[in-house]
Amino acid sequence: MTVATIAGHNVRVNEEGFLTEFDEWNEAIAAELAKDVGIDELTPEHVAVLRFLREDYQANGETPTLRRVSSVGGFDTKRLFVLFPKKPAKKMSYVAGVPKPVGCV
Amino acid sequence: MTTATASERPKPRFDDEDTSGRKLCLICSKGSLDMAYPGLILANAALGEGIETHLFFTFWGFEIINKKTMGALQFSPVGNPATHMPTAVSGLPGMQAVATNMMRKQIAALDVPPVPEFLDLITAAGGHLWACRMSADMNKLTQDDLYDGVEGIISATDFIELSAGAQTLFI
Repeated sequence: MTVATIAGHNVRVNEEGFLTEFDEWNEAIAAELAKDVGIDELTPEHVAVLRFLREDYQANGETPTLRRVSSVGGFDTKRLFVLFPKKPAKKMSYVAGVPKPVGCV
Repeated sequence: MTTATASERPKPRFDDEDTSGRKLCLICSKGSLDMAYPGLILANAALGEGIETHLFFTFWGFEIINKKTMGALQFSPVGNPATHMPTAVSGLPGMQAVATNMMRKQIAALDVPPVPEFLDLITAAGGHLWACRMSADMNKLTQDDLYDGVEGIISATDFIELSAGAQTLFI
């Protein structure tokens, strides 16, 4: 466990850099995390996806899979690949401050 | 517990060279419900990892992309010792329908989509679907009979060219 300073906040992160404490996240931190994965600017569209991930995680105790983000969250899969290129599930969970999804689909 | 400064804190390496240039080809040759899913699930997982993914449907695998059959794939317990059902029972009339229904429910309970919707997901994620020329000819099927996302009906030679440098799995 490491304490990292991100956007002026001290937050706990794991060895891969994922935030480990749900409540330590905020949008300023998300903007910094986004840069780590090649997303220079978080648009309101990005933020809407992150909000869904966090709400769903909080409700179910599990990070939603890409399929769930589309089927339950209502976000278009193609669009998710544009917003979070190449590895959307991992990238969006990292920026949203929730663990990597574990589901297969 | 350690403290890291902004420059040295751990960061994931999602875009490293490990997956760039990696390519996966899945040959789907079976048309039963239980054998359709392994290819679809692996394809979806690979796409989510940013890997170029192609599915080649051949022989019975055509059931997965045939508009008439894709939504009605069946599971048969006959000849499958892993169901732990006595052979005499697994062959009873109606048993295939019962077993198929049960499997569909189990799949849906895991929030895994039915086959046609799964193909939508895979094509939306950038996956490529190809149909086998010989299988199409044998079944007298044309592109119009196939799922709309199928990019083309191609020969075995075309597939060999397409899969150059790829990791290929026969399912």
